[in-house]
Order: sequence, then C-alpha cells, then structure tokens
Amino acid sequence: MTTLTQDTVASMAGALPPAPTRAAARGANADAGTISLDVQNLTRHFPIGSGLFRGALGGHQPVVKAVDGVSFAIRRGETFSLVGESGCGKSTLARLVAGLDKATSGTTRFADAANKGHRVQMIFQDPYASLNPRYRVGTAIAEPIRFQKLLPEAQVMPRVHELLQQVGLAPADALKFPHEFSGGQRQRVSIARALAGNPTFLVCDEPTSALDVSVQAQILNLLRQLQERLGLTCLFISHNLAVINYVSHDVGVMYLGRLVEVAPTRTLFEAPKHPYTQLLLAALPQLDSRGRDKSPITGEIPSPLKPPPGCTFHPRCPHAMERCRSENPQLLPQPDGAQIACHAVQERRIPVLFHPTPALAHA
Amino acid sequence: MGCGWRTVQWKTEMNTSMTNTPPVLTVDGLRVEIPTRRGTLLALDNISFSIAPGEILGMVGESGAGKSLTGMAILGLLDPPGRVAAGEIRLGERRLDNLSQREMRKIRGKEIGAIFQDPLMSLNPLLQIGDQLVETILTHLPVTHEQAVQRALGLMHAVGIPAPEARFESFPHQFSGGMRQRIVIALALCAEPQLVVADEPTTALDVSIQAQVLQLLRTLCRDKGTAMLLVTHDMGVIAETADRVAVMYAGRIVEIGPVEDVIRNPVHPYTRGLMGAIPTLKPVTGPLAQIDGAMPRLNARPTGCAFNPRCPNVMDRCREQSPAITARTPRHDVACWLATETRQDAEVTA
Repeated sequence: MTTLTQDTVASMAGALPPAPTRAAARGANADAGTISLDVQNLTRHFPIGSGLFRGALGGHQPVVKAVDGVSFAIRRGETFSLVGESGCGKSTLARLVAGLDKATSGTTRFADAANKGHRVQMIFQDPYASLNPRYRVGTAIAEPIRFQKLLPEAQVMPRVHELLQQVGLAPADALKFPHEFSGGQRQRVSIARALAGNPTFLVCDEPTSALDVSVQAQILNLLRQLQERLGLTCLFISHNLAVINYVSHDVGVMYLGRLVEVAPTRTLFEAPKHPYTQLLLAALPQLDSRGRDKSPITGEIPSPLKPPPGCTFHPRCPHAMERCRSENPQLLPQPDGAQIACHAVQERRIPVLFHPTPALAHA
Repeated sequence: MGCGWRTVQWKTEMNTSMTNTPPVLTVDGLRVEIPTRRGTLLALDNISFSIAPGEILGMVGESGAGKSLTGMAILGLLDPPGRVAAGEIRLGERRLDNLSQREMRKIRGKEIGAIFQDPLMSLNPLLQIGDQLVETILTHLPVTHEQAVQRALGLMHAVGIPAPEARFESFPHQFSGGMRQRIVIALALCAEPQLVVADEPTTALDVSIQAQVLQLLRTLCRDKGTAMLLVTHDMGVIAETADRVAVMYAGRIVEIGPVEDVIRNPVHPYTRGLMGAIPTLKPVTGPLAQIDGAMPRLNARPTGCAFNPRCPNVMDRCREQSPAITARTPRHDVACWLATETRQDAEVTA
C-alpha cells in the first residue's frame, strides 16, 4: 500500500540541505539514476450515484476509472511530467502521489520513505485559493516549519525571510496579506510555503496555468532554478506541452486514466509515436506554425463513465483496427527508450514519423 | 504540402479586399473611463484600429490589459460606471458609441455577433438548442418559422454538429464543451453579422477541440467575409488564426501589425519580451526570457510609458512622456520612444 511517511518529529538543524549540482547530462550526479518514486499499477476508481442506494441496486455500482493501472518511476533529482486533456486523470494521480487521496489499488513507493526528513509537498494551480486570506504571508510560510517542528521558534522567522528571498520576494513581504500580491507573487508565496517544509519531493499541479505568459516565464525559471539548487524530485502536471518541454526530463501522456506514452522529453517531442501524442502535438497552436495545413483531431474525449472497449483512443484514432476495438494495449518499451501502449505501433503499422520540431516545418 | 498555395491565395484576396472596400469596423481614439470614489480610472486610452471584411484582428495582452474591455465597448456592453469618454466606434459608416441601449440591442446579434469564453453562460439551460437558434433568427431576420428552422439546421451542420436533426431538441447540458461552443458560434453567426467579437473563444477548451473550433472560425470568416476581433491571451492562437495582431499593455495598444511582422520582428520591448517568454516545443537551451515585475494596476499607472518600470531599454524620456503610436512601416505601428528614435537616426544617416 501507499508508503507515504510524513516525518513529523524530525527537527532539521541546518536551514537548507546541501545543494547538489544537478548536471545537465544524466549520470554526472552521484546518485543519478536511482529511483526516487516507484508507482506500480496505481488505480483510483470513484463510485458514482447516490450514497443512499449504494449496494441496493444489486452490486452494479458504476465507477469512473479516473486512474486505471498506471505505472512509472521517477529518478532522483529529476522531473517527471504528466500531460493530458481535462478529465484524463492527471490531477487525481497527483493527489494520490501527494497522499491527499487513497488509491483503490496499486502502490506508490518512495525510496526515501524510511529516511528521516523525507517529505512531499504540493503546489497547486490557483494561488488565490490555496492561501488563507486571513493569514499574513509570513505566518502561512512558517506554518509547515512550526507544524513539523523543523526549527526552534527563534529561527522560524529568519528562515521565512530567507525563503521569501529565495523565491524573489522581500523579507518585508512576510507582514503582508495575500490580497496585497499579484497572481505571480502569490504563486511565489505558495512555492516558498512548499519549500518551508524542506521537501525532497515536490508535486506541482498546473502551477502556472492561472498566470499570464510573462509571469509564467518567471515562475517556470524559478522552479527550474530551485530544483537544481535543492536537488528536488518533481512530479509536474500540466495540459500545456510547451511548459512540459521546458521543465521535464521524462514525460507521460495520459488518456482516460491510462498512460499511453512515456518517453524522455526530447524523444517525445521529436519522435512522438502514439497516435494521440502525435495528434496533441499537431493541434498545439504554435508561434511559427502560420499557414500550417492542419488536419484537426476529429471527435472528443469519450465519457469516462462508458469508456470504449479495447484501446480507449480507438474511436478517434486514424490507425484503429479490429484488435484495437477489443484488446487493451499494454505499455511496452521501444528501442529508443520510450514506452508506448498502442497495437499499431507494436505491429509497426504506423511509420516511425520523425517529427522535426513541428514549429520549424514552415519557418 | 498544399498549404503554401492556400496561404498565398488567401493573402492576395486579403489585399484586394483591404484596398477596395472600406473597413467593417473602425475604432478611433477610444477612451474608456471608470469613475470611482477615489478618482477616475483610465481603462482604455487612445485605442485606434480597423478591421476589413473577412479579416481577423487578434488582440493579445495580459489579464487587465484592456483587451476584453475593448470588445465590450464595441458591443456596447460596458458595465456601468465604465463609459466611453472619448473617441468613436463605427460599424461601416454608422457610429455605435453614441447609440442608446435600445438601438444597440438591434445591432447586437444582427450586425455584430459575440462569442464568449464560457459557452454555458451564453446558452439558456432551460431551452432546447434548436429553439434558441430559431428564436435568435426570428428576432433578427424577416423569415417564417419554417425557414428559421431550416436555417438553424443548416447552421448546426455548418459548425460541424453531426446529425443536426437528432440534436435539435437537445438541451445545452447534453452537449460537450466543444459542441456547446460550436452552438454559440452558430448563434453568433445566425444573422450573418458583418463583425464577430470573439472573447477567448477557445480558452475553456482542450487543445484538440481548440484546434477544431479555430479552424471552424477561420473558415467561416473566409467564406462569408465576416470581420472578426479575436481577443485572447494566447499568442499561439493568434499566430494560427489572425491576419493582424494588436498587442495591448495597460490599456493601450503598444504594437499593431500583420501577424508575421509582429511575431518575426517584434519592435516594442514588451512584445519582444512576451515572445521570448512563451515556452516552445524546441529543445530548451536556457532560461526563458523574463520580464520582471507585473503590469501596473489601473490606479498605479506610472507616468510616461506604462511599461517603463519593466523595460530593459528604458530611457529618461520614457519616464516623462508617453509615446504615441506611430507607423514604423505602412501597416506596422509601434508606441515606443526607442522605435521613434531609431527611425529618426536612420533618417538622419540616410
């Protein structure tokens, strides 16, 4: 079962963990390649219908399979991103990993779970909703430190000031209330609060989706820089492929509760293999894709209540065949390190499209 | 690929239509003020642009820049106490900004269509889709009920709703988000308006559905010669859909020109920063270009150019005087002292 130990009594003496240098290339780091989080067959089903009649209808309780048998691993110090359209289950998966929800079955195993000082923190999409409007920002940031008794009281406020500076705010901001900040600054406060608990693992659920582009760039730069300085491992959720490209080492593409493609970032963007990934990339509006002759994806995401049999993508898939309509494809490794759940790819029915970066096609 | 040819042909059509026909919409020196207890806020300042038949003008900017407000002013839907304090809005030859609400109501829906972000807000949840379309058609066009029904079915077909007859009696909640937005588009187009104001029409939709809806809007504008003001925060959407783009910052247009020019050669430091700040699908080479700070609020606009506290090229003059928007090339206008000065330098050396 979920082995998420929130180490509540550990009192960390130092302010910051030593900052390991995350080398640009994999393998330069001492513990590079070691797994930080291993997720196996994770499943979360939501029963639907009124609680009153639950069970009274003869055991045929309909369920929404929000997350349906998902497996992946995240290496220490790296960012694994989940991308997909609304309703694909990416946020449910994030909540399961953060321990905010219990899985129906499957495991999430943190390698550091037994160690003192292993903590998971989360950054949410809406910085307006995730900060208490009646708490001064300093109090909000100090709360995880005080709650987990990480530092003696005398050192709490200096640490808060240090955290504020780390996210690009001023120590004096500790006395302000959330409404005195802009959206981007509020998200910086949320990040400072997440870092206050000295996390080793960070779950970011659409952290920049509510922000304007120029502010999004500030926050993305900050997150990358903090991750490198603090050696954090991240699970990053976004619907925006370009944001994913900027932050991740590995990417998982989700469709209706399942992973359909997992690949290193460059492999995913340069040689997308699953038809859904290919269609997603083609549909993304790009700055230099003017005049691109588009063949928009037909159809829409089916209702998760009645997912199609076999491969859930087959009603929209240009390569669908009889097998796709009956048999659910498994996530299988490819020669270039990607993992794909697609019969057509497995049977080599899809020519290996070597997508140059789509943006460059018409430059 | 055949797309190159299509683009070229489209461009020539555009040019002829722009030189021969007067613009559908002209906005001239528009100024919108919001009186408050603590003084009058200047929400829009000296907004001027025009849209030709069949042309899509994109309007881009951060939240609070005034892009939606511009659309609302054109539609005559400014929330009181906000009001048009100066300038003119003309649809063809006719002035709209001094019309009464009653007169505007006849124009909205008939001559100007509107598409908003949330399709559920634009549809009546208690009425069947078919009835909503028929009602709108009967309100604006002199047709019989039977003709209106036929027209509604034709529109549903045109916006890509499969089996319109079967969906005619469905309610809005029985449609998905993308399908609902198609119905809103059908509603906006049902009286064949000359102009459509689309305010973030695809922001609530997923990328795959967004691509379908954008394609639809583009084809409809091309085929019917409808002019469109496309308000969005997404530069990618503008790049794929619009012909020209106006970049807004703190209530003013800072740069306006053909999409290719503005994206390839942005002149205003804000536009340049914005382009660098947008993450792309290309390999990541370094940090994203960053514009520090945030857009000033309406009550804290700095003197001079509103962008000066964030501008990497700020000069003394920028802190004192606000630059007027001036032509850099015949179709590309910029409001920046730097652009004016480099041009003067160029003239001097020439």
